[in-house]
Amino acid sequence: MTVTTHEANVLGEDPFETANLLDPYPFLGRLRDAGAVSYLESTGSYAVAGYQEVYEVLTDFETYISSGGLGPRDIRKDSGWRPPSILESDPPIHTVMRRALTGVINPSTVRALREPFTPPAAELTEQLAQRKTFDAITDLAEKYPLRVFPDAVGIPDVGREHLLPYGNMVFNAFGPENYIFKQAFAQGDEHAAAVMRNCQRENLDDTGFGAQIWKRVEDGLITEQQATLLVRALLSAGVDTTIFGIGNTLSVLARYPEAWAQLRENPKMAKFAVDEALRLESPFQKFHRTVAVDTVLGGVHLPAGAKVLVFLGAANRDPRKWGENADDFDLNRNASGHVAFGMGLHQCVGQPIARLEMEIVLQQLLERVAAIEPDGAPVPILHNVLRGFESLPVRITAA
Amino acid sequence: MSASAGATIDAVVDQVDVVADQVVSLVLRRTDGRQFQPWQPGAHIDVHVGDGLVRQYSLCSSPEELDHLRIGVLHVPDSRGGSKAVHALLAGTPLTISEPRNNFPMRESRRYLFLAGGIGITPLIPMLEAAHAAGKEWTLVYGGRSRNTMAFAQQLEDRYGPERIRIIAEDEVGRLDLDQILGMPRAHMLVYACGPGGLLGAVEERCMGWPPGALHTERFVASTLGAAAANAPFEVELARTGTTVTVPNDKTILEAVEEVGVRVLSSCRGGLCGTCETQIISGEPEHRDAVLSEEDREAGEVMLVCVSRAAAGCPRLVLDL
Ligand code: HEM
Ligand code: FES
Repeated sequence: MTVTTHEANVLGEDPFETANLLDPYPFLGRLRDAGAVSYLESTGSYAVAGYQEVYEVLTDFETYISSGGLGPRDIRKDSGWRPPSILESDPPIHTVMRRALTGVINPSTVRALREPFTPPAAELTEQLAQRKTFDAITDLAEKYPLRVFPDAVGIPDVGREHLLPYGNMVFNAFGPENYIFKQAFAQGDEHAAAVMRNCQRENLDDTGFGAQIWKRVEDGLITEQQATLLVRALLSAGVDTTIFGIGNTLSVLARYPEAWAQLRENPKMAKFAVDEALRLESPFQKFHRTVAVDTVLGGVHLPAGAKVLVFLGAANRDPRKWGENADDFDLNRNASGHVAFGMGLHQCVGQPIARLEMEIVLQQLLERVAAIEPDGAPVPILHNVLRGFESLPVRITAA
Repeated sequence: MSASAGATIDAVVDQVDVVADQVVSLVLRRTDGRQFQPWQPGAHIDVHVGDGLVRQYSLCSSPEELDHLRIGVLHVPDSRGGSKAVHALLAGTPLTISEPRNNFPMRESRRYLFLAGGIGITPLIPMLEAAHAAGKEWTLVYGGRSRNTMAFAQQLEDRYGPERIRIIAEDEVGRLDLDQILGMPRAHMLVYACGPGGLLGAVEERCMGWPPGALHTERFVASTLGAAAANAPFEVELARTGTTVTVPNDKTILEAVEEVGVRVLSSCRGGLCGTCETQIISGEPEHRDAVLSEEDREAGEVMLVCVSRAAAGCPRLVLDL
């Protein structure tokens, strides 16, 4: 069979330029319109932004591999700044690590967290409901996951202050080594060392996910090094993403008062609101894959070794998948199929935890807050691959 | 075992072959000489084995040939009569059966791995034939106690070659090495596994490292070895919505419920992430996901509706939807 191919459309615009990071959607629209696969001069990588192509890249994990790293460099040639994580591995290494992790974090184990996860959210939202205005990021979104998630993993109190700076390093390294990257890595060694200490068996309490992961070493499924890396994966992937997930959901709902009113009437819909917000403002916007063998995608020939930048946040707003109102929040939309948590082999292990945290915060807020609206412009965060806000001032009416 | 619903057909046993130690293959034809209705790989028929007993047997003939059906039957000394009665049949014996029905449909994909334990080979035979005809990449790994107990093993090997057909006889090379067989997930590869519960439990555990939705199993329950577990279409009552939907055998509960416009949160749609977890108000589920704990499975209070179904003999589930 011969496949006719054409050259990728070459784009001069840089997705990692400050303006495109602070407000990504106009650029993402242009990228989607440029064709199924584009070539980005600025990064020397190919780019996919349409739902269909993003889905194909995510699900064909043999052609588009992860062991080259999620950043622009190929860490197979040029070893990365840390030993590769589950996220940066392919089968068969990925297979045992994923089996071990899914055995520990799954619907059955996460369900038990609803009880311990609820009181801190009730307490935080109760305090905020006393105020007329607050910052939904610094007063809520940033506080809540840090109150519940490290406990669920079972790490000690000392060293928790390194979690956010470490997450910032990990995720910014999925972009180029620009000034954002350099800032994130300023005290890199110190943060990395502190987080790694908390991944050791002796520093984890006996009941958390961390200890459960180490149990799989006793079972002979994974090595000690893999256990350390898996705990590290939870600590690096599980905090920032959820903070942004909560913040982004509130940023959207503050702009849609009718949706808030509808949710107040029917709080069981909170999980659907969270899902639609994840689609519209996906916290993890983009990462790279590496082409393992010469292939053709969307009519474009991709050579082995090339990097492909996968724009989850653009796929989640592709009008061909979501309709003409793809850029709007629609509480009645079935957002199922969005790729905010990825798709296929590497789909987020922490998904049930993230959804639980987000749903609980929203439900607790709905109970106590009759209306919520922006109180000044939100300040988007300058980040290479995550989408979120540094500050989101809101004005509320207590219930 | 549930009584069969729907029309029955008068058939006759046309041919009986001993195809392995304790396994016979029966070729059935309609007494009126007409053709059977078209069927797809994975289908089974009900066989009325006497005394009001009905057993399901997977078809292992070719869907291309509708003038006859073939089933493979394992004789199990302690089973409640089913396979024993069928084993006693001679050519020429009349038999009441159903039209082919499919509770183990084969989904379209690019690659297939077929995994059979013992008599679990039967539904896979038409599947691999279809995969082969469509030019798909596929392999069969077929485990059993010893070659002489493994029905159709030689024929399959002769027809498709040892590259595609891997016969693992325990007395020669030991048990199936699942870590090796399932240790390397492939993109767009579906795993169709059929065999006893113990084997499938171990397969499920390993498929936690596979992409969601890769694994499809059909369990042979101990009491009906040689017969597929019955899981005909069933009804789901949506307690909160106040409607009832029928879930046909080629759709999931999630799909059937979405079709009537009821919202269920979902993500992987393959039994891994747990997003679609739904409370069961009454009825007994058959869990087909890879992730719920043993306690959850036994408690039967929740199920993952993107893959799991109603248990054999449970015609109606009431869900908190
Ligand atoms: C709203 C919050 C979250 C978002 C948007 C998110 C997003 C993602 C995405 C898109 C991937 C796939 C990456 C890829 O395909 O290469 C992923 C993987 C992963 N996530 Fe999350 N995540 C979130 C929360 C969490 C939490 C709370 C945890 C920890 C409990 C976590 C742990 C992981 C891990 C370990 C992986 C790697 C899985 C693998 O490679 O098999 N995530 N996440
Ligand atoms: S949607 Fe993932 S388990 Fe059902």
